[in-house]
Amino acid sequence: MASPGEVLVKMENVSKSFGHVNVLRNVNFEIGHNEVVGLLGDNGAGKSTLIKILTGVHTPDKGSIYWKGKKIVHYNVARARDLGIETVFQERALSEQHSLWRNVFMGREATDRWGFINVSKEKKETQRIMRDYMGFTSSALTTDATVGTMSGGEKQGVAIARALHFQADLIILDEPTTGLSLSETRKVLGFVEDIKKRGKACIFITHNIYHVYPVAERIVVLDRGTMVGQFAKSDVTLEELVDRLYLVAKTGSLSGQETNASLSDNATGEEIGQDRQSDMP
Amino acid sequence: MDSNILRESKTQISVSVVFAAILLLFIIGNPATFLSMRIYYSFMVSVPFFAIMALSLTLIVICGEIDLSFPAIMGFSGFIFTTVFHLSGSVGFALFLCVLVGLGAGLLNGLLIVKLQLPSLVTTLGTQFFWMGFTMVASGGLGKTLVPTRESVLYNMMVGRIGGIIPAQILWMVLFAVILWVVLNRHRFGAHIYYTGDNPASARVLGINVNRVKMIVFTQMGAFSAFAGVISSLEVVYFWPTLGQGYLLRTIAAVFLGGTPVEGGIGTIYGTFIGALIIGKLEAGIIAMGMHGFWTQLIYGLIVVVSIAIHSVLRRR
Repeated sequence: MASPGEVLVKMENVSKSFGHVNVLRNVNFEIGHNEVVGLLGDNGAGKSTLIKILTGVHTPDKGSIYWKGKKIVHYNVARARDLGIETVFQERALSEQHSLWRNVFMGREATDRWGFINVSKEKKETQRIMRDYMGFTSSALTTDATVGTMSGGEKQGVAIARALHFQADLIILDEPTTGLSLSETRKVLGFVEDIKKRGKACIFITHNIYHVYPVAERIVVLDRGTMVGQFAKSDVTLEELVDRLYLVAKTGSLSGQETNASLSDNATGEEIGQDRQSDMP
Repeated sequence: MDSNILRESKTQISVSVVFAAILLLFIIGNPATFLSMRIYYSFMVSVPFFAIMALSLTLIVICGEIDLSFPAIMGFSGFIFTTVFHLSGSVGFALFLCVLVGLGAGLLNGLLIVKLQLPSLVTTLGTQFFWMGFTMVASGGLGKTLVPTRESVLYNMMVGRIGGIIPAQILWMVLFAVILWVVLNRHRFGAHIYYTGDNPASARVLGINVNRVKMIVFTQMGAFSAFAGVISSLEVVYFWPTLGQGYLLRTIAAVFLGGTPVEGGIGTIYGTFIGALIIGKLEAGIIAMGMHGFWTQLIYGLIVVVSIAIHSVLRRR
């Protein structure tokens, strides 16, 4: 766990409802500088909502967010990106009908004061990003390649490289390995290790413990809108973690483990069923 | 050549080939007409009226939306232009107010679609009837002359004949095409139009204000419709309350013929420009080839369907 002096971002007592559906209840979450945290939970646990609050897509109903010790007010997507929080969303946030260079600079175009795009600069930078961050040296994949024609792993690579290029301090990966083949998953895990090597922090959201365990230093477990526990990887083996997660799935609690949230106010099954729909941007 | 450029080029090449093939057919069918410059001067007079709107509509279609109200805005703006001109005697002032009204009508579409989250097809169908009806009620169904505008410099700038031959409106059409091409391909706003049409959810999470983009594209459509209303009224120096009617389908056809798909996300100004030229020459060409005018719409339909099928197949390959 990050010590107080090293905390990069801290979310305190964050709650969020959509209509009558309570998606998050008094969640406390923090991540340190250059730390990789795995955020685990089943479908409907509230992982995506937590991240969308952290990235300014949703506004929390209650609670505060601190960035490097300072409370953030008037929070939105642009502010989060300015602070240095980049997200690789589950849907990857790519424009698949457009070129690689356009996607790298999507929403952050290299323009002059009048808003005109410096195309040659963007293409040149994209070439460098492909080589330095993604390890693409093949002439088959050019900066003008349409993103829709790339493989799932390559698309994740583009989204991660984009985050690294813009000097993010915290990169959030939302289900980055979902739907990927084994070799593609390995490629994405390599990208995560690269994030750590470059001194950045990373939140790896998944419901697959086998994907996150090898790369994370700490695992945080969310269940039905509450945080039910967290483990330093050094304190728990993969097998033990699987057993504990099984217990959470079965009983909704981690008996005998440290938890910072009560399960007494868990959402009902009906509420959970609506969670994912409510999570849509 | 890489896949993206090739795909973009494929659409542009295919629309250019269709244009050249039809032209060749007309030249073979009636060389006397199509090897003389006179018919091309006549195209230069009539094509800009709907081509200017088609160029502007391309931005809306790329956004994944549609506008059906532009012919009615064209007519209403023409009415405002004529009325203000008769009241003030100033072409410049009338033009200014008319474009302002066009902007307002476009903005209204944008507000209804973005703020109330209404579907653009139904919303603009409604506003089309509204503005058309408003124009008829306000004008009492009566037209008005614009002959006195001929004395003004603006008349010559908008629909005069450059060197006594070239209609000024074709230069406006080319100028707008260049401006919109630059906006779409070289400006941040153009990039945001593409992202809004391709994947609005992604655009939103990357901080692009999708709603603002949509509002602006609908607003600009209103302004271009108003401008088209003014030049088409000035060309015949008369305002008809039915102004705009008949432009709806050929304008939309020019956009789709040019390779912009109805789903949005991609599309080109060049494609629409050539699409408008194809639509513009069809009617005259069909008649010049000795066919009855009744064939026009049948052949319009055939060419539009065949072209869209070609674009669709090329995009998938």
